[in-house]
Amino acid sequence: MAVITYRQALHDTLRAELLRDPNVFLMGEEIGVFEGSYKITAGLLAEFGPERVRDTPISEEGFVGAAIGAAMLGLRPVVEIMTINFSILAMDQIVNHAAKIHAMFGGQCAVPMVIRTPGGGGQQLAATHSQNLEVWYAHVPGLKVVTPATPADAKGLLAASIRDDDPVMFIENLALYNTKGEVPEGDYVTEIGTANVMKEGEDITIVSYSRMAAVALDVARRLEEDEGIRAEVVDLRSLRPLDRTTVVESVRKTGKAVVIEEDWLSYGVGAEIAATIQEGAFDYLDAPVRRVAAAEVPLPYAKPLELAALPDATALVKVIHETLDATRFRG
Amino acid sequence: MPAASRKSRSTARGAADQAAGASATTGAGSTDQLATTAADRLRGEPADRLRGYYRMMQLIRRFEERAAEMYQRAKIGGYCHLNLGEEATIVGLMDAMAPQDYLFTTYREHGYAIARGIDPGRVMAELFGRTTGTSKGWGGSMHLFDTEVRLLGGYGIVGGQIPPATGAALAITYREAPGPDSPAVVCLVGDATTNIGAWHESLNLAGIWHLPIVYVIINNQLGMGTPVEKASAEPDLYKRGCAYRIPGVRVDGNDAIACREALRDALRKAREDRAPSIVETVSYRLRGHSVVDPARYRSKEEAQRLLALDPVAAFRKRLIELGVLTEEDAARLDAEVDAEVDAAVEFADNSPHPSPAELFAHAYAQPVPNMPRALPGDPLLPVE
Repeated sequence: MAVITYRQALHDTLRAELLRDPNVFLMGEEIGVFEGSYKITAGLLAEFGPERVRDTPISEEGFVGAAIGAAMLGLRPVVEIMTINFSILAMDQIVNHAAKIHAMFGGQCAVPMVIRTPGGGGQQLAATHSQNLEVWYAHVPGLKVVTPATPADAKGLLAASIRDDDPVMFIENLALYNTKGEVPEGDYVTEIGTANVMKEGEDITIVSYSRMAAVALDVARRLEEDEGIRAEVVDLRSLRPLDRTTVVESVRKTGKAVVIEEDWLSYGVGAEIAATIQEGAFDYLDAPVRRVAAAEVPLPYAKPLELAALPDATALVKVIHETLDATRFRG
Repeated sequence: MPAASRKSRSTARGAADQAAGASATTGAGSTDQLATTAADRLRGEPADRLRGYYRMMQLIRRFEERAAEMYQRAKIGGYCHLNLGEEATIVGLMDAMAPQDYLFTTYREHGYAIARGIDPGRVMAELFGRTTGTSKGWGGSMHLFDTEVRLLGGYGIVGGQIPPATGAALAITYREAPGPDSPAVVCLVGDATTNIGAWHESLNLAGIWHLPIVYVIINNQLGMGTPVEKASAEPDLYKRGCAYRIPGVRVDGNDAIACREALRDALRKAREDRAPSIVETVSYRLRGHSVVDPARYRSKEEAQRLLALDPVAAFRKRLIELGVLTEEDAARLDAEVDAEVDAAVEFADNSPHPSPAELFAHAYAQPVPNMPRALPGDPLLPVE
């Protein structure tokens, strides 16, 4: 296994899928000549040409909808939306059309398309460019929503998404692009709809996804090393469908759970996880399920404010300690 | 330039009221006016074809009237928008399309589905929400669909079909070379739809990518209750492609032949030259926006005026005057059509309702682990 960045894993997978299937093509703003705002598509225009690596004007609703129509005719468009914030401009096409066409027309026409887009704050991009809107899409039946946290899952889930016959929101994170990890070589596909136990443990379950899953894993390793706390880390990987069973099985074992998520607290992913745990592991719980999420403000620009608003390892450690203390875990 | 485009704020009504049914054009330097009148155009048509047109117009008329009746009897739910007044437009446009072409429509599409070749029984069954309907009861009146005749959907969101239709045209360029047998896309929109952003974004994409698509504006003069002149700063809707160098033409929507010729010409340019264009047809919505709209915003005089413009009655009268139809022929065709609509209603009414056991059958095309299948009140996880 090679150690590569999340960005490289995405790039290599796009290239491999373009080579594998002539129906796959890419479209989006600045993905060709400019090689992508975050350079995920670097070199692909030169290799595959403008028909398969198609630059679009700034028309999110137009080109996302165009991808839907191309998918209805059997192509497999992979759309890049520069950041998830701009996907709001394409909301009608994503929610009212991509998600509905298969069901609403009685199963006659699939929409095999992928929308790749990064979310995430922490880059001092201020309120409109720092959002985590994955839960908006995860709420909608007809969409699949995946949120890879590691380079390996970036590869495996992207391959699965491109080969999937349904519209998939493939949500990346700006702060993950430069992270490194081991990535299996060759054809490697991760099943959509399955969570991953990143680290096993008996004392407490940390549930997360995307960038916060990487934070959770780091915290769990440190807690084990420094304090002997054996936390289990569940990376949801897929928000729709949601692998509730893996979460519940973990909490039945540990009896305690904390969710860490980069989106806002109210109505967030953590709320759905907490509901799942209380229903599936009520008799096993030794403490309330706690959530660590973003402060509910439009994200500010100034660094001290931005840092205060975003969830981080410190907040997670504090909540893990509080949860364990509530059960007198630490005497 | 014809009268319609010479006036800076001319109205569609003025253009369509021209007895000669002259066309207006814009863009690409084409300003020639068709000299022939609607009546002259009919003389050049084979009698069989004209009889077929009349039959289809009458079939759509009777189908829609029966749909309204079935709606009042609560056999049909939701919204139900009728093509009354649009029959000549439908017959002309659908005859211009080749079998390989793709059609995306608005939610006012029963007639287009029938004229494109879908059995009226299957259309009525969809309105009834039955398994034999075009969308198996999942779509209803606004969401007819049939891959076989390449009707890729009626769309309930105003203008929702425009970007996907544009993308279908993109897929054609991805796969095929231009030529006389190459497919093209016809995307229908209503007059008020030309004010939404998706319209403008899509025209721009079609322009820069040279897509084989024709955007047909069905101008029935009203967006629900708002007249075109109050909603569109450029009420000559066929000109709205100018900013994208997409030429447009306006025709009398009550003239089936004019509609057919305009679309056929536009389709030829789409197939062979990969040149997108706009066709605007001007007709009159004879009743309310949907079955439940009494159209009180129309004066009595206006309602009377519209009845006099009924395209089906006018076409019947003209064919009889031309000797293409006798009164007896017309009555026989009317009776045939009535029987066909009766059969459609009977087919729909006798068709099975979908079973709740199929509730999750179509939400996704490809199952993956942990697909949600809970009904309201079901536990999130299996109870142990």
